[in-house]
Amino acid sequence: MAEMTMRDALNQALREELARDEAVFLMGEEVAEYQGAYKVTRGLLDEFGPKRIIDTPITELGFAGLGVGAAMAGLRPIVEFMTFNFSILATDQIINSAAKMLYMSGGQFKIPIVFRGPGGSAYQVSSQHSQALESWYAYFPGLKVVMPSTPADAKGLLKSAIRDDDPVIFIEQERMYGMKGEVPGNEDFIIPLGVAEVKREGTDATIVARSLMVPVALKAAEELEKDGVSCEVIDPRTIRPLDIDTIIDSVRKTNRVVVAEESHPFCGVGAEISAQIAERAFDYLDAPVTRVSGADVPMPYAKSLEQLALPDYEKLIQAVRKVSYLD
Amino acid sequence: MATQVVMPKLSPTMEEGQLSRWLKKEGDKVSMGEPLAEIDTDKATMEMQSLANGVLLKILVNEGESAPLGDPIAIVGAEGEDISNLIGPKKSAKEEAPTAKPEAEETEEREQEPKKAATAVAKPAPKEEAPRPVTTPSRDDGRQLISPIAARMAAEAGINLKSLQGSGPGGRIVKRDVEDAISSKVERIPTTPRLRAVPARSLEKGEVYAPSAYRDETVSEMRRTIAKRLVTSLGPVPHFFLTTEIDMERAADLRRAINELYPDAKVSINDVIIKVAAAALIQHPQVNASFQEKNIRYYEHADIGVAVATENGLITPVVRSADLKSLPEIGAEVRELAERARARKLKPEEYTGATFSISNLGMFGIDEFTAVINPPEGAILAIGAMAPKPVVRDGQIVVRQTMRVTMSCDHRVVDGATGAQFLQTFKQVMENPLYLFLAQ
Repeated sequence: MAEMTMRDALNQALREELARDEAVFLMGEEVAEYQGAYKVTRGLLDEFGPKRIIDTPITELGFAGLGVGAAMAGLRPIVEFMTFNFSILATDQIINSAAKMLYMSGGQFKIPIVFRGPGGSAYQVSSQHSQALESWYAYFPGLKVVMPSTPADAKGLLKSAIRDDDPVIFIEQERMYGMKGEVPGNEDFIIPLGVAEVKREGTDATIVARSLMVPVALKAAEELEKDGVSCEVIDPRTIRPLDIDTIIDSVRKTNRVVVAEESHPFCGVGAEISAQIAERAFDYLDAPVTRVSGADVPMPYAKSLEQLALPDYEKLIQAVRKVSYLD
Repeated sequence: MATQVVMPKLSPTMEEGQLSRWLKKEGDKVSMGEPLAEIDTDKATMEMQSLANGVLLKILVNEGESAPLGDPIAIVGAEGEDISNLIGPKKSAKEEAPTAKPEAEETEEREQEPKKAATAVAKPAPKEEAPRPVTTPSRDDGRQLISPIAARMAAEAGINLKSLQGSGPGGRIVKRDVEDAISSKVERIPTTPRLRAVPARSLEKGEVYAPSAYRDETVSEMRRTIAKRLVTSLGPVPHFFLTTEIDMERAADLRRAINELYPDAKVSINDVIIKVAAAALIQHPQVNASFQEKNIRYYEHADIGVAVATENGLITPVVRSADLKSLPEIGAEVRELAERARARKLKPEEYTGATFSISNLGMFGIDEFTAVINPPEGAILAIGAMAPKPVVRDGQIVVRQTMRVTMSCDHRVVDGATGAQFLQTFKQVMENPLYLFLAQ
């Protein structure tokens, strides 16, 4: 066990997997010479050389397609998007090629590719650079979508993603790269995909939160505990395939759910979770499932507005109190 | 010409009514005979009909408030009529208080009414100091809102939703409302006790617990009536109590045999008790009697009042002439009456005028208890739980299903020996139900 930042945990995961399997290689903008736009790939070029760590031109569609081709030829590419906002340009290759190749080829071509990078909000990077696209990608059968919220989760899940034979969209959070946490040291530390984690046990209300919202949910839970409301915080960790059973077990216990997310509400992951809870746990609900999502506007540039556009722990507390009929 | 609508006498023992629900709003047209409101009487909720055509101009008593008989509760007249002189106590003392006509009212009661109404007229329309919080949902369709888990919990606990107040938005009944109702009502089926987890909070140094917080709830009509009637029982009526233990093996066998023959009959042990009590009462007419100040009234048939616990309180629907009815008949009637009692749909003549009452708390694990006589009856039988016990038979200890019953008697009508003889017969027949088939 060692304490490290999420950045370093991701770095370790990449390092270990590159060392373990020669087919694994990494490419993206500034990943090699510059040591990574966010320094996640620091030192990898020195250790593994230019054949395994590749700087690409600024052409997401191009290098995403290149990655898919490499995967079809038997390699295991890790494609970094400087932020997932830029992946929008690559969606044709991600969705029409990577996601569907296994199916359309009748199982002949597996695509063991990982598309990774930060998603969601940062600090005043405004509308085009603050988008949370997980529900977009989770929409397509054929893609897996993973979102870690702690350094340990980041390491264990990235290793799993790299070892997974399916295309995985691995969404990190720029604001969490500096977050510190305990990470197990052994090289076979893997967290399987599709398994949620109960980050905090509780009895009165369930909060389902992912990525940036997990620390916010934990803080809200701490505050609510002072008022005698015991919250259970669940981090799905993998968005698709979703571990809905862990969430349903919790709803059976608490009878009330709040979903916290920084993405827009309409057609978001929160909407999917709400629908599944309504389908499977209707008889256990004491209140409608409530979502606390990012504002339904393009992310503002002004700092004050950006703050208002994102859920904070006070908005979460209000939502939990509402479903608990406390006010 | 506008008229006052006054609180009608909807049951023989009613002295005051609580406005449960207005069926019309101010400004609605009303016609003669049309239901205007639902009124909570001491025992049931009844509809009050309009005695005039016109428009409901003003509501004087709101939902949740009470008014005594004869007091004005609304005004009906022509649209736009000036009614300022009608708002207030009923003007003319000579004006007869009209009564609404529930399905079958006894004529003697109606003759008494004008007198009662006239005396009630002098008082101004009272309003309750703390009107009961209203359950009206905010939606127009009047649907009771309830969360899924609350609905399930209420169904499992056998709680009538109409008795619940919803604390959620729009009057939604939520889990904690049902939890509160469950914890304040006795469990119907003996289950493992559900102790509510109390949030742990350690006291600060030197801190002590303050006196307990509490909440007050307005006494419902039913509670008020129970209180009033039973204070006129245990106080003035000289009670004495007789207990005996009964070997229930044969009675249990009889019940089983009947249900095997007629599965639809679903006869319960309580039905057997009612039948045997009725037979014993015919055998001992001095117990099937009532103290009437100057007279003692001896009844020809056994009209048995069966105590039923409802969410709102105790009520005793009556099985008329139980001595003439068969066991399946008694069983079906008791079930039907109990269901309607819980739904507050009993008519007054169905829960008054018993000659003898039976109360059974056996299903709650009570071994024996003493019941309070329902005045003006002469006695009441309290039934305890049936349980296997070791008893002595022919010098041996054997295990038999036994049940303890306690009879409360009004000493003005029933003496010790009389009561004891009745109980002896009751016990003999319970222990040997075949006696029921021998000549009366």
